[in-house]
Amino acid sequence: MSAISPAAHPVHGKPLRQRLSRALLYAVMIALALWFLLPVYLLLITAFKDFSEVSLSRMWDLPTRLSLESFDRAWNGGQGTTGMRGSFLNSVLVVVPATVISCLLGSMNGYVLSKWKFRGSETLFTLILFGMFIPYQSILVPLVMVLSAIGLYASLPGLILTHVVYGIPITTLIFRNYYANVPTELVEAGQIDGAGFFSIYRRILLPLSAPGFVVVAIWQFTSIWNEFLFGLIITNDPRLRPVTVALQNMSGSQFTQWNVQMAGALIVAVPTLLVYIFLGRYFLRGLLAGSLKG
Amino acid sequence: MAIARPALAAPVVRRRVLHRDRLIAVFMLLPSIIAIAVFVYGFIAYTAYVSMSNYTTARIDLSFVGLDHYVRLFGERRFQENIRNLVVFTLMFLAVCLVFGLVLALMVDARVKGESLFRSIYLFPMAISFIVTGVAWRWLFTPGDLEPTGINLLLERIGLGFLKARWITDTSVWPNLEVPGLKVRLMVPLAIVPVVIAAVWQMSGFAMAMFLAGLRSIPEEIKEAARVDGCSEWQLLRYIVLPMLRPVTLSAIVVLTHVSLKTFDLIMTMTGGGPGNKTELPSLYMYELRFSQFNTAQAAAVAMILLILVSLLTVPYLLYNRRAQSVEQ
Repeated sequence: MSAISPAAHPVHGKPLRQRLSRALLYAVMIALALWFLLPVYLLLITAFKDFSEVSLSRMWDLPTRLSLESFDRAWNGGQGTTGMRGSFLNSVLVVVPATVISCLLGSMNGYVLSKWKFRGSETLFTLILFGMFIPYQSILVPLVMVLSAIGLYASLPGLILTHVVYGIPITTLIFRNYYANVPTELVEAGQIDGAGFFSIYRRILLPLSAPGFVVVAIWQFTSIWNEFLFGLIITNDPRLRPVTVALQNMSGSQFTQWNVQMAGALIVAVPTLLVYIFLGRYFLRGLLAGSLKG
Repeated sequence: MAIARPALAAPVVRRRVLHRDRLIAVFMLLPSIIAIAVFVYGFIAYTAYVSMSNYTTARIDLSFVGLDHYVRLFGERRFQENIRNLVVFTLMFLAVCLVFGLVLALMVDARVKGESLFRSIYLFPMAISFIVTGVAWRWLFTPGDLEPTGINLLLERIGLGFLKARWITDTSVWPNLEVPGLKVRLMVPLAIVPVVIAAVWQMSGFAMAMFLAGLRSIPEEIKEAARVDGCSEWQLLRYIVLPMLRPVTLSAIVVLTHVSLKTFDLIMTMTGGGPGNKTELPSLYMYELRFSQFNTAQAAAVAMILLILVSLLTVPYLLYNRRAQSVEQ
């Protein structure tokens, strides 16, 4: 274990033993990094192969030339494969409004639950939080019934509504913890100046909220884009499928070759991966907020 | 309960305004309260009721039959298998994720060059969908019928051919204990191992991130003082760092276990519950009961059992957190 503990004061000419353990540490870390990247390597080399090169015995070999055939088939479809273009659009049409509404709701809830506490508001908050821990199987039966009754079953607005409602706990949690760090004195000063509920929100909280909005937006974008169960149940119509359901369908189809499936998987993964690469810091904050400790 | 109550000698007018503002505050919270009341608590209550009804075909029949469906489930071979798989999956996933996550965190925290690159690589699977993970790992763990494919081929190429296995097509249960009164063989269905590996691949970065946050919150002075007192790095880890990581570990256990109990997408894509229900979890069985067999009442009973299992874990955690927070304030 001493191999993985930091050298307290780096000095020149470290003893050989220490240098060896350092080398071992890097070797292990690189090996693990390779393990994490293994599926990505396979996805990439397979997706960029053309159909003539797809063979099981050469599945680990690099493609001899880059081909976009698999992406074309995965995106546009053909030969028994349903393309993902329409599903990609569906996902965008669900994710964008659901994320925007979630942010607005979460921000308002967080504002009230951190700066306008009332008798029982803490209990209420805990009751809201419970909603993010439930297995969604336990609400699927009535969800389908209620959405059907209000005419939103098998529709994108129905999926948006579902994502917004079940996103309330996490978005409220993140904003509440975020606003808890805004000094209450600022709010009180605003009240003494005669500012009301909305003008305090608009003039004091909102200008400080940008990082909170980024964290929540990224979190909701990623979770909704990656979500599968609601998409599977609520969009009971192939034309309304989100990407995850389309990919699952493609991977279960006997007409779809591996290279096309891998291209499809990359298409599904790219939007959230881009967000991760460019805004990973905020993604991490959302991730840790989910464990309640903000 | 730090209620914002400013300006002790506030004039009546301002107090009235404040009163109005407080009403507005509650009013703005109302849509969310109603939504959660209906979509979470109302729906759960309805599911609980359906699970005790006679709604077992496509025709709605809500006449009350009591706990029949629960009794039938626990006596059923398939559901017993579900529960066995769930326990095995959760224990393996949790143990490996925690240990692996801790090791990753300690390594990343060891002042290495390229720290943020390593961290990003270990964490990136958290950003992608379980469906993508499932599709990729299903192919990796497809053993191949005539010639080896996926992991098996890779193992053969690098001279580790003896590690080749049947992976997601393995139907055996090891060590295959027979327990009187139970319809299932106990212990580990081997097909679940590759699913655990894929789940660990996806989630261990999360465990790492939590442990890393915990490690970073330990004041450097404490570690420094221990070193001055002649603590070896191993003793430092054992007696100072690990005990201070306890709260973070608790959070990680709760979050990872509850994710594990709810697992659905990954199994759906990787194995579909097969071979022969060896990797099926209650979440998948519920889906099949409701949407293929149209036995809604039985599906609701499975869902309620799952909910109870998750609640046993998360409700105490929520209450504990709430108490911890009110102490802080």
